[in-house]
Amino acid sequence: MKHWPLAVIGFLFIAAWPLMVQDVFLQRVGALVLLAAISASAWNLLGGYAGQVSVGHAVYFGAGAYASLVVYTELGWPPIAGAPIGVLVSMGISALVGTPTFRLRGHYFSMATIAAAELFRILAANWPLLGAAVGLMGPPVPRGFWDLSFLSPVPYHYLFLGVLIVLLALIWQMQRSRMGFYLAAIRGGDRAARSLGVPVLRYKLYALLLSAGFTSLAGSLYAVMVGFIDPDSALGIVISVKLLIIAALGGAGTLFGPLIGAMILIPLEETTNAMFGGGGTGITFIIYGAIILLVARFQPGGVAAFWDKLTTRRVRHVP
Amino acid sequence: MILLQVVVSGLLMGAVYALFSSGLTLIWGMMNVVNFAHGDFVMLAMYAAFFAFSLLHLGPVFFIPGAAALLFVLGVAVYLGLMRHVSRGPMLAQILGTFGLALVLRYAAFWAFTANFVSLPDNLVGGTFDIHGLRIEASRLLAGVLALVITIGMHLVLTRTALGSRLLAVAEDRDAAMLMGIRPDRMQALAWGIGAASTGVAGALIALFFYISPTVGESLSLIAFVVVCLGGFGSVPGALIAGLGIGVIEALSAYLIGAVYQDVVVYALFLGVLWIRPQGLMGTN
Repeated sequence: MKHWPLAVIGFLFIAAWPLMVQDVFLQRVGALVLLAAISASAWNLLGGYAGQVSVGHAVYFGAGAYASLVVYTELGWPPIAGAPIGVLVSMGISALVGTPTFRLRGHYFSMATIAAAELFRILAANWPLLGAAVGLMGPPVPRGFWDLSFLSPVPYHYLFLGVLIVLLALIWQMQRSRMGFYLAAIRGGDRAARSLGVPVLRYKLYALLLSAGFTSLAGSLYAVMVGFIDPDSALGIVISVKLLIIAALGGAGTLFGPLIGAMILIPLEETTNAMFGGGGTGITFIIYGAIILLVARFQPGGVAAFWDKLTTRRVRHVP
Repeated sequence: MILLQVVVSGLLMGAVYALFSSGLTLIWGMMNVVNFAHGDFVMLAMYAAFFAFSLLHLGPVFFIPGAAALLFVLGVAVYLGLMRHVSRGPMLAQILGTFGLALVLRYAAFWAFTANFVSLPDNLVGGTFDIHGLRIEASRLLAGVLALVITIGMHLVLTRTALGSRLLAVAEDRDAAMLMGIRPDRMQALAWGIGAASTGVAGALIALFFYISPTVGESLSLIAFVVVCLGGFGSVPGALIAGLGIGVIEALSAYLIGAVYQDVVVYALFLGVLWIRPQGLMGTN
């Protein structure tokens, strides 16, 4: 890791962000960047490191989000108590969906994940327990600390930062372990990996379970912070696409890629939303689409690869 | 009798599914690339038909070929501007490329045409046939029959003409085709053109009897994926059979379970088939 000093400075900057800016909008953007970084890093485990491009991670995000608010609406528990349930449900769904789809290669896998995600979205949108098309609300007034309902975005910022650091440390550790090398081999190609003796299906499943679990946790954190979800905001195809775009823009399969992608795209999205109001979603997704189109066309490795290219070139010119 | 009615309307819709799915399967066969914007191409063709009628007062006789020509140009442009470069990159880049295109088209339509549903007047291809109690709307009948004819025509062009042989040669082995004096680049551009033109015709046909909205492409893309996966990648006859089958299954589940669940049934069936036969119903390896 030649970029360690940069990474440390970056994290200090992120940690100091809510103290540097007093504006609530900017503080909120900071917290949302970290939340997006958590979910995109979770996607990155499967889509980046293992090279299995899922376009259906909204299922896991939605499972976490719905689990949090269902334990509140049905049992009166604090929403965060639903997070472990969401993780378990997500892992269950991922085992169910993963077992058949992992035998598929490439685009097949991506298409199957979209179909699975849409299936769950339609089911949730018609299930009264999950609020059907209307959605679910969290506690309107905090009943105690464990509702984690704060007016200021700052506590969320530090909560999300903590989760992100744990997740990145875990991924860093995984990268250097046997699993990291197995996943890299799988990314290179199923058949080649199998011929090297990599248990391909098993390690794809491990990557998916981890990925689904953390995506679900991100969904729970989102529901806790925002306090309202509906089928589109928690399970829509747009969520899946967002995770994919953030990771791919920053650099899929790199440790800090998703964080970099989130730091670019989320402020952009929040600004366009604020500028154009309700119609902003349309503009945001035109921009999102144009960005990934251009990234795919000109810089398939994402920003991280671009940065590597810049820095290596500079070194090469030293006499 | 009602059941027969449902099956017939499912078959007619299924023929249209088969038509635009054939375009997707052709593009896949040529380049091993999935066009995630395929349903959004259909959406654009629907709007093209709508505006050709409402602004230029052109009837179906003009706007169906018009939409096909328009989408042909779009397909070739997408190939030359984007896919020719992206297809050499990693798989993630290919997925991102067409997905980005899908988002841009979908939300640009959202922005330009607003989220409101529009539709062509009912009586454009008016009337309802009554065959021994079996009622068929003329617009759906026209759409289904025309789609069926064009899909079969596409298959014949691919298998019976020199042009089709050149296309299939590139699909089979790009380098060997190049040694035989075929220009793969041209053939692939043509495949994108034909693939997109099929969405042009299909979109104009669907517009005759279906509402038009910017997001209608999302579910149409998924249906095309399902049809192509079930029919086997690269196979037009496979897409035809799978398309008709999906049309019938969709119509039956809408009738028996409820319209909101028709897509659930189709997706569940798709995942179920993949569980048993990961290569698709008619695919090899």
